[in-house]
Amino acid sequence: MTGSEALERFLHTDPGDVGCDEAMAVLHIFAELVAAGADTKPEYRGVAAHLRACGPCGDDFDGLLAAITNEHP
Amino acid sequence: MKSDPPLALGSFDSASEEWLKSLTGGEREEAVGRLHQLLVCAARREIHRRSTGVRVTGPELDDLAFQAAGDALVSVLAKLQQFRGESRFTTWAYKFVMFEVSTKLARHFWRRSDMPSQPVDWGRLADRFGIQPDEQSEGRDLLEALVRALDETLTDRQRQVFVAIVVNGVPLDALLEEMGGTRGAIYKMLFDARRKLRSALVDGGYLTPEHEGT
Repeated sequence: MTGSEALERFLHTDPGDVGCDEAMAVLHIFAELVAAGADTKPEYRGVAAHLRACGPCGDDFDGLLAAITNEHP
Repeated sequence: MKSDPPLALGSFDSASEEWLKSLTGGEREEAVGRLHQLLVCAARREIHRRSTGVRVTGPELDDLAFQAAGDALVSVLAKLQQFRGESRFTTWAYKFVMFEVSTKLARHFWRRSDMPSQPVDWGRLADRFGIQPDEQSEGRDLLEALVRALDETLTDRQRQVFVAIVVNGVPLDALLEEMGGTRGAIYKMLFDARRKLRSALVDGGYLTPEHEGT
């Protein structure tokens, strides 16, 4: 990837991105949907867009997903 | 003081219902202890998962895990009435652990780093995106246009956030510790900055316009 392509990718913003507050409010619901392989619901597209773009929310999501998929009974 | 209304049990999965009953009933103390243990394990695993970037090891890792789990437990117990059964109870509770781990690691960042001083090292911006200003005139032009757009199109606050996160590599949550406000507000400033910079670079012919739906 060239510098121009990397910059272009970073500056791209998704108008459907719901932002941190909305994504965090449903993070537990979304994580269970993803863990169950059912994350393609249209109402969560903006959440998925946000988690792709926001480093800290993405980290919280990755951690939550890891916690529920590695959970001991 | 007004007491909380009783939890409306019955719409939750059986394990979640069990947690809620025990956390609000006669076995509360024992249930709080079990929940705390669960949250400590989750916090420890999470800090370990993230620790490559923040260099937390040994007793320090355990301290952070206990602090994060303790604060998460306080939040969970305080917000028990807000649990609506949209996920398993433990998934909802782990979410608080993730928030607390993020906050603790952000504080930890400033114990090992200082806010970079002025002036801004624009060479870092070139490095961040792999732009090679010395070798290719196209790269140099793009970098100059980006720096100009940062100056001309962003508000002071947007520029401050962009420089801290993108140029100086300060994690967003760590910047939040310095600037105050909320994660969402800082993210929005960065989001608007990205959108404005892209628009300026497209107008100047340095980037191609986006197509509908891309």
